[in-house]
Amino acid sequence: MQSHILSIILFTPLVGALVLLFVPKENKDAIRWIANIFALGGFLISIPLVPMFWALRFEITPTHFKFLEGSANNWIPSIGAGYNLGIDGISFLLIMLTTLLGWVSILSSWTAIENRVKEYYVWFLVLQTGMLGVFMALDFFLFFVFWEAMLVPMYLLIGIWGGPRKLYAAIKFFLYTLLGSVMMLLGILFLYFHHHTVTGVFTFSIPELYKTAPQIPFHAAIWLFLAFFLGFAIKVPMFPFHTWLPDAHVEAPTAGSVILAGVLLKMGTYGFVRFSLPFFPQVLSSTATFLSVTARGWMIGISLVGIIYGALVSLMQKDMKKLVAYSSVSHLGFCTLGIFALNPAGLSGSVLQQINHGISTGALFLIVGILYERRHTREIAEYGGISNVMPVYATITMIMFLSSMGLPLLNGFVGEFTILQGTFTENWKWAAWAAPGVVLAAAYLLWLYQRVFFGTVTNPKNEKLHDLTPREVLTFVPLVIMAFWIGLYPKPFFQILEQPVNQIVQTVRPGYPIPGYPNAYPTVNAQTAPIAAPAQPEVTSMTAPAGRAAKPAHAARAPKPKGTF
Amino acid sequence: VPGLSPVEYRLMLPMVELGIFALGILMIDLMVPREWKWINAAGAFLGVLFSALCVWQIQTLFPGGAIGFSHSLLVDRFAIYFWYLFLAGAAIAILMSVRYLDVENEHHGEYYALLLLSVIGMMCMAAGIDIVLIFIGLELMAISTYVLVGFLRRDRRSNEAALKYLLLGAFSSGIFAYGLSLFYGLSGSTNLTNIARAVAARNPHDPVVIIAMLTTMVGLLFKIAAIPFHQWAPDAYEGAPTCITGFMSVAVKAAAWAMLLRILVFGLFPLRATYTPVIVFVSIATMTGANFAALTQSNTKRLLAYSSIAHVGYMLLAFVAMGTSEPNSPGFADGFKGILIYLLVYTFMNLGAFAVITSLRNRNVIGDELDDIAGLYSRAPVEAVLMLLFLLSLAGIPPAAGFLGKYYIFLSLIESQHYWLAAAAVFYALFGLYYYLKIANAMFMRESMETERLPISLGMRVALGITALATIVIGVYPEPFIRTVNWSLGIAQTPHVAAMLK
Repeated sequence: MQSHILSIILFTPLVGALVLLFVPKENKDAIRWIANIFALGGFLISIPLVPMFWALRFEITPTHFKFLEGSANNWIPSIGAGYNLGIDGISFLLIMLTTLLGWVSILSSWTAIENRVKEYYVWFLVLQTGMLGVFMALDFFLFFVFWEAMLVPMYLLIGIWGGPRKLYAAIKFFLYTLLGSVMMLLGILFLYFHHHTVTGVFTFSIPELYKTAPQIPFHAAIWLFLAFFLGFAIKVPMFPFHTWLPDAHVEAPTAGSVILAGVLLKMGTYGFVRFSLPFFPQVLSSTATFLSVTARGWMIGISLVGIIYGALVSLMQKDMKKLVAYSSVSHLGFCTLGIFALNPAGLSGSVLQQINHGISTGALFLIVGILYERRHTREIAEYGGISNVMPVYATITMIMFLSSMGLPLLNGFVGEFTILQGTFTENWKWAAWAAPGVVLAAAYLLWLYQRVFFGTVTNPKNEKLHDLTPREVLTFVPLVIMAFWIGLYPKPFFQILEQPVNQIVQTVRPGYPIPGYPNAYPTVNAQTAPIAAPAQPEVTSMTAPAGRAAKPAHAARAPKPKGTF
Repeated sequence: VPGLSPVEYRLMLPMVELGIFALGILMIDLMVPREWKWINAAGAFLGVLFSALCVWQIQTLFPGGAIGFSHSLLVDRFAIYFWYLFLAGAAIAILMSVRYLDVENEHHGEYYALLLLSVIGMMCMAAGIDIVLIFIGLELMAISTYVLVGFLRRDRRSNEAALKYLLLGAFSSGIFAYGLSLFYGLSGSTNLTNIARAVAARNPHDPVVIIAMLTTMVGLLFKIAAIPFHQWAPDAYEGAPTCITGFMSVAVKAAAWAMLLRILVFGLFPLRATYTPVIVFVSIATMTGANFAALTQSNTKRLLAYSSIAHVGYMLLAFVAMGTSEPNSPGFADGFKGILIYLLVYTFMNLGAFAVITSLRNRNVIGDELDDIAGLYSRAPVEAVLMLLFLLSLAGIPPAAGFLGKYYIFLSLIESQHYWLAAAAVFYALFGLYYYLKIANAMFMRESMETERLPISLGMRVALGITALATIVIGVYPEPFIRTVNWSLGIAQTPHVAAMLK
């Protein structure tokens, strides 16, 4: 039986966009209501997926994907492309994040967008469908269509409703991302042709292409890894490719920034997890070096540089939004660090941190947007003593700042701690270099808080600021709830991630000891602490994908009783 | 002189039909008053429809293709594919022209007659396997377009463009004819089949063969406007009436490509090891020169002229993939398909873009500067969104149709292991996106200087509707179109060509 829940989630926003086309553009309130109904609807429709997925969280399926829809060849049989959807724990969490943030950001735009309202919501809903499609597609052709098509609405959102340098920022965003994604297209086409060379079948189906990945010759795999790396690293963005991000964030409208930071950047990290790791394990495990550093060493290295660099640059910013933008570079550095730690703790911590970053940084952009809407400036120096005039706002801001800097009991801590733990078991020096990023995050966020919120109101323009409206509070409610939930009880999230993460680790490092699958939370479980440093598998051993077929410890386990979710 | 066989009669019918309508329009034009000149357009449109009907008859009557006129006219599926393409391009161009010619005050019947005559020439180019027929077709098309480019008699830009195009075109035709005559000397025959046989038997490094090949290629590359034989294109495109610019950039170009494929693939394929390096050089030069030149243009017509030269560069890459792979290998097949599909999607997306620019022409505004399109969204939202669609399609962003062409070109390059050429194409795709976004930025993100809404004629609405629909449908559901192209290339299995390739 095929369930169509993924298609329904995917196309609800697009239907909303089509409905909006028929509403006269003078009728702004009707447009706002319809857009919000569809955005909330999109979120509510995705809610039933939660119990459905929860029930299947440990189930092993042949392709490791669940809720499969369509088939490998039903769209363009001539080239072997299909409308083929499916999710695993990683994409499930990112989909939920997307529907939630989509609703939150559309709700937050109610008063922020005053001109060309209709277009705004139409493009926003189209964007939403594009992002969801990226996380659901199990067909490379379909994936690439969503991946690229989604650039267009984002470009227009920045370019039409953006700040003073919007044209520059919009074009830069589009060009940068296109460079990476077309390079990735070349990589996809190589995998496609390689699969044909091995099996004689042309197909874009990702599970099928996984099967022939071990036969990719090593010298080709290195170039392919680079092509995919460029696509994803620009999107994340990793350190030397990050320059589009501050421009895009500063110029984008608030909701655009929320989605950009919350979801778009995750497409890059998702790409690493979904494609770079399982397709090119031989590159990551090879001892071949470039400038006497291995491929994996490079990935770790630029992640670390990103963490420290992003944090240091944040410290220097005079513009609040730019500060948050650079803090994203730093936080995403943690995510890529966790990915390339290549062990279950690092990888699951990384995915959880992606969710955390979506929640906290999304909220930070909303926070900046609220002040900007009232005062039309984001200069830190313009503010001071805001907590006196906007107490509710100041409280929520404090919670989200603490969540972003990784205070225990809030979500950021869980993610960063798991990543650091995973990294530490690989090489303590890597973790040691990453740790200052956490300290610096506390520094730039608390210093920002001090300058903006504490003290007396120094600027007379700030005396009349009104506190949050109920609608604005509503935008923060789900984010605050999620921040506390992940911070206090992350077990369900780790359970959801367990199966896909272990499967990926076994693909990348066959024979990596994954001890007994502790319930959920590796960091507090003493048993997991001594993980023996696994031997580097030789390149030749990669031809037999033992890790993909066999699931030793995992398969034997019975599903656990349902927890509270 | 033997009479026409029934088969030959069928084969020439689409061209005869167009010829009759062209002459009929010339006569009717004398009788209709000024305000009834749209009747000429209706007549021309009808002629195109009738011609398409005749092509359809050929397609159903001779599924394997047919040959006639002393083995000079081969109407195979390849030719039929291109015939439909020319007719579609001509039909859309006619729809675009009516109001434009009214505004320019140049509504004469000759315009439509010449348009139809040029289509006859194109049909000969696509279906000719005899170099004499191909050359006659080329000249018929070229002379008609020289006149059409200079059709705005009172506009100095149009005059200059026509003269430039005429002089350079005549020069290149001369060189082309010289190359063809050398091939005649080498083989003693004007038939491409015999030429292929004679060339295959000779040493490929024979200087005569190389000179014949290079001079022929000059003519071919001139017609597809590849650098360094492109100088005529930007001026001719800028000076010509906008609807003719659109027509030239798709139909004339498709015809030149059909001729190039006929001569280089069907005729001179034994020489592919010699000509492919030249094509590699030309395609890199074309992408580089055209993309850099397009970056700085402030005239949309000129910008799109350079962009269409750049697209020729991409298509040449697919041709390189063909030239360096064995026939029947995936690289060859996908390169060939890539060129045909590219021409198909290019016809619609580029004509669509020119249709929007054509509609900007008003009594007092020429409408081809970038400033004229600024703020188009507030004046004509539908057209602005469609223009965005065409531009994104030209830039190769899915799900617009242009992506499919780009996909096949990249795929054929990967399959023939030209990774560096593929990387170069990626690099230039970025340039492309930049200058297309420049137009998009002007439309959506700048304020308009005019506030009145844009008047759009019925013909223009239909033209925009067809091109936009095709751009979306080919992009979202390309399956039937890929099958059509496969069908038209199934030619390799038909007896005529199988015999010809031996």
